[in-house]
Amino acid sequence: MKVYLDNNATTIVDPHVFEEMEPFFIKKYGNPNSLHAYAGETHPHIKTAMERIYAGIDADRKDSVVMTSGATESINWVIKAIYFEYIVTGKKNHIIVSEVEHPATIASAKFLESLGCKVTYLPINSAGLIEAKDVRESITDKTALVSVMWANNETGAIFPIKEIGEICAEKNVLFHTDAVQAIGKLPVSVQENNIDYLTFSGHKFHGPKGIGALYMKKGKELMPLLHGGSQMGGHRSGTLNVPGIVGMGRAMEEAVKALDFEMTELRTMRDAFEDELLKIPNTFVVTPREHRTPNTILISFRGIEGESMLWDLNQAGIGASTGSACASEDLEANSVMEAIGADEDLAHTAIRFSLSRYTTQEEIDYTLATVLKAVARLREISSSFAYAPEGHDSGLVAH
Amino acid sequence: MGLDSLVGGTIWDEYSDKVTDLMNNPQNMGEITTEAAEAMGGKLIVADFGAESCGDAVRLYWAVNPNTDVIMDSKFKSFGCGTAIASSDVMAELCKFKTVQDAVKITNIDVEKAMRDTPDTPSVPPQKMHCSVMAYDVIKKAAGQYLNVDSESFEEEMIICECARVSLDTLKEVIRLNDLTTVEQITDYTKAGGFCKSCIKPGGHEDRDIYLVDLLDEYSKERMVAGSSIGGAQPTVDFNSMTLLQKFKKVEKVIDENIRQMLVMDGGDMEVLDMKENGEMLDIYITYLGSCSGCESSSTGTLFAIENVLKEKCDQNIRVIPV
Repeated sequence: MKVYLDNNATTIVDPHVFEEMEPFFIKKYGNPNSLHAYAGETHPHIKTAMERIYAGIDADRKDSVVMTSGATESINWVIKAIYFEYIVTGKKNHIIVSEVEHPATIASAKFLESLGCKVTYLPINSAGLIEAKDVRESITDKTALVSVMWANNETGAIFPIKEIGEICAEKNVLFHTDAVQAIGKLPVSVQENNIDYLTFSGHKFHGPKGIGALYMKKGKELMPLLHGGSQMGGHRSGTLNVPGIVGMGRAMEEAVKALDFEMTELRTMRDAFEDELLKIPNTFVVTPREHRTPNTILISFRGIEGESMLWDLNQAGIGASTGSACASEDLEANSVMEAIGADEDLAHTAIRFSLSRYTTQEEIDYTLATVLKAVARLREISSSFAYAPEGHDSGLVAH
Repeated sequence: MGLDSLVGGTIWDEYSDKVTDLMNNPQNMGEITTEAAEAMGGKLIVADFGAESCGDAVRLYWAVNPNTDVIMDSKFKSFGCGTAIASSDVMAELCKFKTVQDAVKITNIDVEKAMRDTPDTPSVPPQKMHCSVMAYDVIKKAAGQYLNVDSESFEEEMIICECARVSLDTLKEVIRLNDLTTVEQITDYTKAGGFCKSCIKPGGHEDRDIYLVDLLDEYSKERMVAGSSIGGAQPTVDFNSMTLLQKFKKVEKVIDENIRQMLVMDGGDMEVLDMKENGEMLDIYITYLGSCSGCESSSTGTLFAIENVLKEKCDQNIRVIPV
């Protein structure tokens, strides 16, 4: 049996999405910016897709939702444009991000830091949550931007976006939120949350890879990051990814339709799965369920190194994660586990299961049975639970 | 760099079949109890290395025949990834029926080679090589316990790259002889830095005392000072333009040549613990050993003597601080 439980990394494309994209590869392949019928026949489809995307995040028609290659590009755009417009000009000298942002944000912030910009990295509390009061306390009259993700990719923790939006509006500081993990899992409205910039990727909600967007509130448009042929109203140059846009439009519509299901039935399935996992002795989850996206579990099995658990799951055909897929080749501890100040022996033991509306109960049952076997096997191997003669000082030292 | 580095692979694809099999079915996994060791007429040795908080920990059990020093049985327990478990397993296997003195000669490279399917294909991807290093370290620890000596005493030279076991002396020589200026070149010549990458520069998986970039830096400074000097004349570098590593070595040299003898004659000794640049000052933290520790003059006369020698031979802005 094959089971995919890594939906915070990427998702299966919804078959309706795939079907809707198909004509734009072989039949309607024109460049939308050309002056002939090949171009013209794509326009209504792009428009429909854009309307679906605007509706999905509750954007006003006067706002700009610019199609990009994905959230990484969108996030880089926000942070680097802020640098060019506010920092390098000397108007401001400071931005605020959380310490558990996606690497796209953290690495961009570090890049700005290397250019002389001050950066505050907001801590998370022991429940894995950002506290809005910390945002308020960190803002100075030189703060240009606050960038806090809507929901965390590793724990699923939902951050207090509404409160942060209000604080930023009150303090007259620009507010960006990385909504990659929120779309399709939570109701997302830019208007109700005082959001100036919002970024996301299509492939996290059953759309295709290589397409994403940046929402910019009317009057808050940023300078372009990509210069060229002035597509997207001059905001973002580069020939439009027509199949991608069409696909993400449909995926957004499907995600909105499925939201109720995700927030009720998927959540129930997740909760029951989590209850069973927590019956295993010495297991821990971080963020309380009511503060989490409905599909995510980050769980630690004491004494079992995360990669070896992934190994056993993979041998059984199950795909899960130790955290961010971007980091699967490096060997570092889970950054969220470190940030919440978890018992340091648990830093390398976290496993993330992220479900989707395509996950079945049969898959969950099979996964649970596999986890039980793996825990028994790996704890049998583990030195953490091993025999030591009387008086033996384990003397485990950092190496 | 290039094509291969543009598309990241799944590290597991690079595991040999042996590593996979051992991860799925480790052969020497388990414990030896005190009673079991005694039943064999052996002495139980239990050694730990690593820590769960670092992501890898291994416990090695030996039953050693106290008359012959032969390891009669060897088992392990491991908190770690697949490579850590597989290499611990092979390590335990390689120890069996060797004397403790011979077991210490098993290195991580032997362990890695023993896990290969074919002689020329590495058994694990480069970034996983460090997992096998722990297998080597725990053997030293166990042997140290059995022989009642410091496990570091088995190491004859200072190893900079633990994965490829390349020593400081080798690296310095290769860099100088071949006029190397980049880490990639060092890796091409010696394999150092080609595995877990911790030894390249600070910020890797593990902290180190000396990094490859320090050695390159040191050499480039030497070269600059040597300038057009012909025939590889021994370059002399002004103390102030030295790297911290070079300064450290210079200070050690001065202590060896001018100070240590004086202390040893009185049954004492000293050790440099740390060096910190503090504005214009260079603070040298030392500790006294033997009869020097506790001696009244160690905070007055002796201290001034040490400081004066270092000021004269190295730099006027040196402060010596006993800890």
